[in-house]
Amino acid sequence: MKGEALVSNDPIHQFHINPISEPIHFGALDATFTNASLFMVAGVGLASWFMVSAMKPGALVPGRAQVIAESAYNFIHGMVKDAAGEEGVKKFFPFVFTLFLFIFAANMLGMFPYFFTPTSQIVITATMALMVFFTVIVVGLTKNGLKFFKLFVPSGVPWYILWFVVIIEIISFFSRPLSHAVRLWANILAGHLVLKVFAGFVPMMATAGIVGIVGSILPLGMTVALYALEFLVAFLQAYVFALLTCIYLNDALHPGH
Amino acid sequence: MATNAHTEVPGGPKGAFPPFNAATFASQLVWLAITFVFLYVMMSKVALPRVGGIIEARAKRVADDLAAAEKFRKESDDALAAYEKALTDARARAQAIAGETRDRQTAESEAQRKRLEDGLNARLAEAEKTIAANKQAAMTNVSGIAVETAKAIVTQLIGAAPTDKAAEAAVADALKR
Repeated sequence: MKGEALVSNDPIHQFHINPISEPIHFGALDATFTNASLFMVAGVGLASWFMVSAMKPGALVPGRAQVIAESAYNFIHGMVKDAAGEEGVKKFFPFVFTLFLFIFAANMLGMFPYFFTPTSQIVITATMALMVFFTVIVVGLTKNGLKFFKLFVPSGVPWYILWFVVIIEIISFFSRPLSHAVRLWANILAGHLVLKVFAGFVPMMATAGIVGIVGSILPLGMTVALYALEFLVAFLQAYVFALLTCIYLNDALHPGH
Repeated sequence: MATNAHTEVPGGPKGAFPPFNAATFASQLVWLAITFVFLYVMMSKVALPRVGGIIEARAKRVADDLAAAEKFRKESDDALAAYEKALTDARARAQAIAGETRDRQTAESEAQRKRLEDGLNARLAEAEKTIAANKQAAMTNVSGIAVETAKAIVTQLIGAAPTDKAAEAAVADALKR
């Protein structure tokens, strides 16, 4: 079944979660080690190893690996600072950095053929989005108390449309985790699906005689081009997720519009 | 058990769309929690403080170096100003010495010239005095000779010698004309 699976033309096949260990249970909780677990562990392991080992020399004039690690640091640091200010950096920088690195590692590792992409699972992206959502609510309420609800009441709006604006603000606030989660998930899922579909055309056409072999160049070219695009998407979606996180966390710190 | 689990694995080829297969959620969430917390601890406790420390140390080093360079620049500026001041002082002193020397020499030569002129004037006056004395003496002699001559002539003419007084008066009278 495994060997069969490797050559499957089914574009959905790549999203299947298969256990690779004996079933593990923490009480009632199923913690079986699956391909999804494997690639989360691999991504996190690679990311941690890189960030720690790159900074091992701690050189004043950085080497190649250290430049990359420092660039990542500066990139996210600047993003958090721009969106949520100095206070945001103090409170949330490690959290945003971890989110970015987790998603980026998962996305990039998923670009290898036959590798599983944890971010193509809605439950993973939704959990991260809800983590941000509840962080915003908890931090917003503990820091600002009832002033946090000023988030829903923009200042300078005449009273007769204010009630309407408040309803819209509340809907928009509670739809945040949905859009936050689905944006990442759908991008990765759709990208991998399209790649698989186009790549699947190549052997399909190649088996249809000489015309098919020549014709299969077209989907092959498309696959290569889409692959490049997917690398961009892999980075961009990690960036967008982290950036939106910063913007949402800023609301927790400064709820007044 | 293992084979049982395998076949039960949600989403065989004909199963539900795998991301919506709730049977896999628990295991995914457990491993997400484990890996995410691990990554968070690694980043917040090890990697990020290290990177931040290095970046801070570098910024501090650059700022220190810039401050040191600024200090050196200021020192060299001060040295230049001191040098220029010394130069202008020396120039001013040289000019003062030159002016003083010139003045002294002018005064000296003036004094010398005055002394010389005074000496010459004195000698000139002396010479003029001598000339006048000589002239006086000569004139006295002339009148004496004239008186004698007049007395002799008168004696020859009238045979009687005039008195000295008369002869002198006559000569003086004649000389006045």
